[in-house]
Amino acid sequence: MGASHSASEEVRELVGKTGFSSDQIEQLHRRFKQLSGDQPTIRKENFNNVPDLELNPIRSKIIRAFFDNRWALLAPLMVGGFVLGGGILPWNLRKGPSGLADEINFEDFLTIMSYFRPIDIAMDEEQVQLCRKEKLRFLFHMYDSDSDGRITLEEYRNVVEELLSGNPHIEKESARSIADGAMMEAASVCVGQMEPDQVYEGITFDDFLKIWQGIDIETKMHVRFLNMETIALCH
Amino acid sequence: MLRAALPLLWLPLAGAGTTEEPTREPGSPGEPPPGLALFRWQWHEVEAPYLVALWILVASLAKIVFHLSRKVTSLVPESCLLILLGLVLGGIVLAVAKKAEYQLEPGTFFLFLLPPIVLDSGYFMPSRLFFDNLGAILTYAVVGTLWNTFTTGTALWGLQQAGLVAPRVQAGLLDFLLFGSLISAVDPVAVLAVFEEVHVNETLFIIVFGESLLNDAVTVVLYKVCNSFVEMGSANVQATDYLKGVASLFVVSLGGAAVGLVFAFLLALTTRFTKRVRIIEPLLVFLLAYAAYLTAEMASLSAILAVTVCGLGCKKYVEANISHKSRTAVKYTMKTLASCAETIIFMLLGISAVDSSKWAWDSGLVLGTLFFILFFRALGVVMQTWVLNQFRLVPLDKIDQVVMSYGGLRGAVAFALVILLDRTKVPAKDYFVATTIVVVFFTVIVQGLTIKPLVKWLKVKRSEHYKPTLNQELHEHTFDHILAAVEDVVGHHGYHYWRDRWEQFDKKYLSQLLMRRSAYRIRDQIWDVYYRLNIRDAISFVDQGGHVLSSTRLTLPSMPSRNSVAETSVTNLLRESGSGACLDLQVIDTVRSGRDREDAVMHHLLCGGLYKPRRRGALRCAQAHVSSPPPQPVQRRSYPGRVGRGTWQSTCPQKPPRLYPWTCRQAGTRVSHPWRAWHPRPVPRPPL
Repeated sequence: MGASHSASEEVRELVGKTGFSSDQIEQLHRRFKQLSGDQPTIRKENFNNVPDLELNPIRSKIIRAFFDNRWALLAPLMVGGFVLGGGILPWNLRKGPSGLADEINFEDFLTIMSYFRPIDIAMDEEQVQLCRKEKLRFLFHMYDSDSDGRITLEEYRNVVEELLSGNPHIEKESARSIADGAMMEAASVCVGQMEPDQVYEGITFDDFLKIWQGIDIETKMHVRFLNMETIALCH
Repeated sequence: MLRAALPLLWLPLAGAGTTEEPTREPGSPGEPPPGLALFRWQWHEVEAPYLVALWILVASLAKIVFHLSRKVTSLVPESCLLILLGLVLGGIVLAVAKKAEYQLEPGTFFLFLLPPIVLDSGYFMPSRLFFDNLGAILTYAVVGTLWNTFTTGTALWGLQQAGLVAPRVQAGLLDFLLFGSLISAVDPVAVLAVFEEVHVNETLFIIVFGESLLNDAVTVVLYKVCNSFVEMGSANVQATDYLKGVASLFVVSLGGAAVGLVFAFLLALTTRFTKRVRIIEPLLVFLLAYAAYLTAEMASLSAILAVTVCGLGCKKYVEANISHKSRTAVKYTMKTLASCAETIIFMLLGISAVDSSKWAWDSGLVLGTLFFILFFRALGVVMQTWVLNQFRLVPLDKIDQVVMSYGGLRGAVAFALVILLDRTKVPAKDYFVATTIVVVFFTVIVQGLTIKPLVKWLKVKRSEHYKPTLNQELHEHTFDHILAAVEDVVGHHGYHYWRDRWEQFDKKYLSQLLMRRSAYRIRDQIWDVYYRLNIRDAISFVDQGGHVLSSTRLTLPSMPSRNSVAETSVTNLLRESGSGACLDLQVIDTVRSGRDREDAVMHHLLCGGLYKPRRRGALRCAQAHVSSPPPQPVQRRSYPGRVGRGTWQSTCPQKPPRLYPWTCRQAGTRVSHPWRAWHPRPVPRPPL
């Protein structure tokens, strides 16, 4: 990012799209270059260079989320000051194939990061709700690995198993029963009374929102992007 | 009054029943012993403990009386009522005995009345919330108290220079600073007493309350420094003394915290080995925590800080190590002691105010102090919040700031400190005492009364009635991991990164050292919540006699429902027939093992599911679940202790539970047996 005209225009565009300041974008760009080894795109293997990520039990899901094609279009919704007509853009609007991309460029990288920006105080109630919804959508998509719009029992079990994988003494059956219990809880919240032969397919996004109603996620889904210094990677 | 008790306690209490030694009677020597005495009045031998017991009894009876009237308690916080009661009682005592008998003695206060309250708060402090807001808490505690002290002291001195304070109040700048130091500290007892009834949102509560606990170090240092300066005389104070004062701030606070950590470590380590001597576990907890307090007090460090840190630090390991009964014992004893101490403190405050020989009135000083503490607190809060909001994840808005400034209550600590002043060194002591009494009464009564309507009027975010759900716990952990990962990817060592590092360290080293082996293996927060929910549902289920009011039925797509209907019809029949028999022999087995005191086996029982089917049949993937009973009515998140393991005697429900098939999606088999609570298969829990 030099002083050239096209680069600064790019930066401005990114500022508008993602809501980061130009300093933050520069820093993130430097980090991007570090991760990718000066290539223009990042592949999954590059994430292996982040040593601390190894210890994370759900790293596979997180890395997957970076490469998911569904995110690129939702970035504008996250920017304070933009309100896109009250509705949520359907996430399969993108013409390209859904599923996983092989590599992501800097813009996609920034887009994902923008989900973790703090909610701006200046935003009004509706925008706050929108932001909140998008953050929850991120989480939802992380759980929903086959992208069918529902979190099924199997997927939930998968998540719980991964979460508990750090503790070798908790067997898989316990993880499964925890997932079952959580699923039941979710069902009781979302659907309430069910008929004997009614079938509960899985948690849809609306159900998911219902579970999270009233619970404050602003504190939980935030990273401060100020004053970052890029820590050198140890190769 | 307790100091008088000590010599009395040495008296042989055998005097109460001495019928066989008539020569002991305090009659004049030389007289023939009067016959056998059947009954004697030995008041002076039991006087001291009797009085202590009587006061506690009066306080408790007062509490009962207050709570008889719902209307009164919803409007007026208990602390107000207690202080007023104290005033009345003091007036009675004064009228009867012509002198004020009972006072809030600083010695009694600091050694016996304050520790239970601080221990209770430290132990039940929600640590996650505390550490999330630690920056704000420390800022308000340290910077805020310093600011309050200096501005109030200087302003009062200015007031005196301006002539608004009568010249009979002989006090110089240092005296006013001394006074400022003791009057500006927010008091934990008062904050707890008032905020507990108001239910503001937890962030706000933890900030104000945390501040009141942590500012003790600053108050102690300032008080001692100013006191020594006053004793030395203002002319003898040198520059090095100022530096020493600043250094002592660090020594006192860090030292107090270090003492707390040492004792927390000791406590956690000791409880690891108490498996065979369960009965002493609660005793250990109290003793070591009290020892931490006394050690810090002895070394002139901040005792409140020591106990708070001790409670915060040891809780996780102690709770994992001690038995369920001990946990309950610890929790309830702490709460009882704390509540009792609080009641006595407020009552004694009321009584002490009546003794007019101890104080002298000066309107200028009193009104000036009242105004200044309110004004400077508000100003301080606004300024600090502005600075803090640059760094906080969730900024504090104006309403929060109003509540924070208004909630800065002064209480018994200030009073005890002012009584401790030496009248020969501080000639204006009596005026200070009067002012402190007025300030404390004002904050507790006026601010205590008005804070509830204020909170309602400002529409402050109230604490949510928090029902712990499994989903939330899961999601919280997922969030933590995601955020840590994002920070790793971005390369920024932020808050989440460090917290993650700490948890790794804890898992690898600390927990292994301090936790009992069996507890260590299964320790996991998600598992704990799951376990607790399981127990909660089990208990409520049994309490309802097996009749579940609203339940969910669950099926996932699987085999054609015809089969499931056929299956359930059998069980439905049984259910509908109201058969009282235990359908499940497993339950009877578990009743036997339920009597086993060992936690592990009990856990195994509950993990194994409450009602396991006898006949498995074609069960391959049995995924039937008992519908969950309606969620318990709200537990206010006042940091409940563990409901936890253990002595739950399983009983056969009168009516079989309603059950619904839940079929396993992938495995394709469907329900055989619906009678499960949460868990398809027993988790073999290793015996201890």
